Amino acid sequence: MWDYIKLVVLGAVAVLAAIAANYAHDLAYQVNAIVVMLAAAIAFVYALRHTGEARVYPANEYFDGVVRAGVIATTFWGVVGFLVGVVIAFQLAFPQLNIDHAFGILNFGRLRPLHTSAVIFAFGGNALIMSAFYIVQRTSASRLFGGNLGWFVFWGWQLMIVMAATSYVLGGTQGKEYAETVWYIDIWIAVVWVAFLLAFIGTLWNRKEPHIYVANWFLLSMIVTVAMLHIVNNLAIPVSIFSSQSVPVYAGVQDAMVQWWYGHNAVGFFLTAGFLGMMYYFVPKQAERPVYSYKLSIIHFWALIFLYIWAGPHHLHYTALPDWASTLGMVMSVILWMPSWGGMINGLMTLSGAWDKLRTDPVIRMMVVSIGFYGMSTFEGPMMSIKAVNSLSHYTDWTIGHVHSGALGWNGMITFGALYFLTPKLWNRDGLYSLKLVSWHFWLATIGIVLYASSMWVTGIMEGLMWREVDANGFLVNAFADTVAAKFPMYVVRGLGGALFLTGALIMAYNLWMTVRAQPAKAVNNSLVPAE
Amino acid sequence: MCAKQVKKSGQDVGTTGHSWDGIEELNNPLPRWWVWVFYACIVWGIGYTIAYPAWPLINGATPGVLGASTRADVAAEIKRFDDANAPIKAKLIAADLTAIAGDEELKGFATSAGASVFKNNCAQCHGSGAAGVQGKGYPNLLDDDWLWGGDVASVHTTITHGIRNTTDPDARYSEMPKFGTDELLDETQIGSVVQYVLQISGQDHDAAAATAGATVFVENCVACHGEDGKGLRDFGAPNLTDAVWLYGGDEATLTESISKARFGVMPAWAPKLSEDEIRAVAVYVHSLGGGE
Repeated sequence: MWDYIKLVVLGAVAVLAAIAANYAHDLAYQVNAIVVMLAAAIAFVYALRHTGEARVYPANEYFDGVVRAGVIATTFWGVVGFLVGVVIAFQLAFPQLNIDHAFGILNFGRLRPLHTSAVIFAFGGNALIMSAFYIVQRTSASRLFGGNLGWFVFWGWQLMIVMAATSYVLGGTQGKEYAETVWYIDIWIAVVWVAFLLAFIGTLWNRKEPHIYVANWFLLSMIVTVAMLHIVNNLAIPVSIFSSQSVPVYAGVQDAMVQWWYGHNAVGFFLTAGFLGMMYYFVPKQAERPVYSYKLSIIHFWALIFLYIWAGPHHLHYTALPDWASTLGMVMSVILWMPSWGGMINGLMTLSGAWDKLRTDPVIRMMVVSIGFYGMSTFEGPMMSIKAVNSLSHYTDWTIGHVHSGALGWNGMITFGALYFLTPKLWNRDGLYSLKLVSWHFWLATIGIVLYASSMWVTGIMEGLMWREVDANGFLVNAFADTVAAKFPMYVVRGLGGALFLTGALIMAYNLWMTVRAQPAKAVNNSLVPAE
Repeated sequence: MCAKQVKKSGQDVGTTGHSWDGIEELNNPLPRWWVWVFYACIVWGIGYTIAYPAWPLINGATPGVLGASTRADVAAEIKRFDDANAPIKAKLIAADLTAIAGDEELKGFATSAGASVFKNNCAQCHGSGAAGVQGKGYPNLLDDDWLWGGDVASVHTTITHGIRNTTDPDARYSEMPKFGTDELLDETQIGSVVQYVLQISGQDHDAAAATAGATVFVENCVACHGEDGKGLRDFGAPNLTDAVWLYGGDEATLTESISKARFGVMPAWAPKLSEDEIRAVAVYVHSLGGGE
C-alpha cells in the first residue's frame, strides 16, 4: 500500500512540476521546476522498480548507509564550494574574470551566494547531517529512527542544494545574506529540516544509554533553533505561485533586524553549536581520552545558547537600528566570549595526557588547529562587536577575514578531521590510505588560512582607516575607488590562500577515495552495543 | 545528577561514571580563571547597560545614565566642522569665481573641499584621478580639450545644471542626429565621411573616399563641429581634428558614432551639492591642469 501511495505522490509531483515549468514567470523558477520534475521522475522509476520488496531495518545494526552517502556528499560539496570561493576571490582581484559572454551567470554577484550557500549549507549542512546521524546512533546505542527517513533527509537536502545553486546563477534570490533561497526552496528546507529533527529526536527517544551525551545537546539545539530562525526570517508572500519572487512580511529596520537575528544565529547555531557537537564526539574518539570537564560542558552549553540568540544586532551598529538594541547586541556578544571558550577549553584539555599524539597523528593535529581557530575567532567576534571597534571594522574585509578564519579554520578543519575519522570506520578499512597526505592537507590548509586571514586583516584595517580619513576641514580624503585599488595585492594573496586550501581538500578527496578503493575491507562489525 | 563516581588510577578527579561509545567524562571543576573572566564580563555588561541606552520598555528604552546617543554624536561632529568652516564657506560663495584661485586662503580650502566632493561624487564616472574613462564617453578633465568650456565659470555651470539630463531645464543640451539609424545618410556616405574624419584627425585613410566625405561633412556636420571640424562649444561638439576621443577615433567606432549618435548624460548637481561645494569642486577641476 505504502509503495502505491509513494508512486502516486511522486507521479503527481512530476506532472505538477512540469505544469509549473510551463507557466513559469521567470527562468530561475522554470529551471527549478524542471529540476523537481526530474527528481520526482527518477524517484518514481526507482520506487517502481522496488515495489513490493520487503524493507529490512535490522534493529540491532546501525544505519550507516546514509552516513557513508553523507561522507561522499560533504567531500564533493566541499570541493565545489571552495572552488567557487577561489573563483570569486580572483574575480575581485581581476574583474575581467566576470566573463561577459556567460550572460551574467558567472558574475561575482551570482557566484557569491553560490559560494556561501555551497560551503555553509552544502558542505557544512551535509557534514552536520552526516555527523548527527553517526553520533546520535553511536552515543544512543540505537538505530536511526524512522526507517528510511534518514535517506529522505539526505536526498531532500541534496535536492535543495541543486535547486538553490541553479536559481542563484539565474538570478533567483531573496537578497537576504545566507537566506538567499527563494520562497519555495525555503518551504522545502523546512520540510527536510523537520524530518531531520524527527529522525534525531526519535533516535534519542529510543536510546539504550541512561543519559544523553553532550554532543547530542549541541546537535539538538542546532536543529531546533535553526528551524525557528529559518521559518521566522523567511516569512514572505510570493508575488505569484509561478514566480520565484516574493515580498518579505517585515519592512525597513525590522526586516534588517530579523535578517541579522537569523544571520548571526546561523553562525551561532549552525556553525558553532552544531560543530561543537561534532567536536565533542570526534575529538575524544580520535584522542581516545575522556572529555575534560562535564561541569564545563553543562555551563558553557546553556550559557552559549542563552547568549547567542541576543547577538544579532551587532551586525547593525551605527545604522537605523535604535541604540538600545545595538547596546544589547554588543553586551551579550562580549559576555558570550567565555561560554564560547568553554568549548575550546574542553576540546583542548581533552587532549591532556595525549599531547604526544600531535606528533604521530595528523588527524588529531587537524582537530587541535581547528579548536585553535575556533578560540581565535570566538575572541575576535566579541571584540569586533564592540561599537568602537566595529566603527572601523564594519563593511571592511576584516569581517570577511573573521568569517573565514572561523569557517575555514574551525568548521573546515573539524569536518576534515571527522571525514578522516569516519571513512575507515564506515567502509571497514584498517586505517587511512596515507597519513603523509593528511599531513600535506594539514599544512596546505593551515598556510592557506593564515594567508587568507592575515591579508584580510591588512586590507580590512587599511580600508577602514582610508574610509574614515578626513582632512583638517573635515573633508574625506579618499575616493572609494582609491581603497579598491589599494587592496589589489592583498586580494591576490587571499586568492592564493584559498587556492592552497582548495588543493588540500582535493588531496583529502583523493586520500579518502584511495582509503576505500585501494585497501581490503575488514570483517564487518556494525552491530550496536550500549557502552555500559 | 551522576550515577556513580569512578576514580581512575593516577588522576586526581574521577569520571561521571557514564560511557557513550567508549567516551567518558572527567569530573574536573570549572577552570577558575574562566569563571572569573565570565563573571567580570557579566558585571561589565550590567554596568554598560546602566550607562548606555539598553533595555526596551513599553514606550522606548532605558536611556542610560550617560545620556549617550549615536545620532546626537554624529550630528555634533558634523556641526563642529560646519561651524568651523562656516566663515570661509560664506567667503567662498561671496567671492568672484575667477578671483578664488588668486586668494591663497580660499584656494586652499576650495582645493581640499573640492577634492573631497570630487572623490565622493564625480570619481564614479570621471575616475578618482579625474582622467575619465577612455573610449566610454567619460571625459578626461586633466587635459585642455573641453566640450562645454574650460574656464571656471563654464565648469561651474556644467556642474550646477549637468548635461542632457531631464531634471534641470537649464542643463546643457544638444543632440547629434542618428545618421544611420534614422536613414539621414546611406552607408556609402557614412563610410566616406568616416574616411574624411580619419583624414582631418591625421590618421590612415582612403583619400578618394575622404574627398567624397568632405562634401558630406560640409552638408551635415559643420553646423555643430565647425567648418574646420574643431568643434563648437555652444553645442558641446567635440574637436575631431585632435587625438583626443570621447568614444574612440578608429574607423569602427566612428562609424558607430555617426550611425547611432551619442548622447552622454551628466546629472545636475545643484539638488545634491550646496553652492559652496559646487564652487569648490569647480575650482578643483579647473586647477587640475586644463583650466582656461
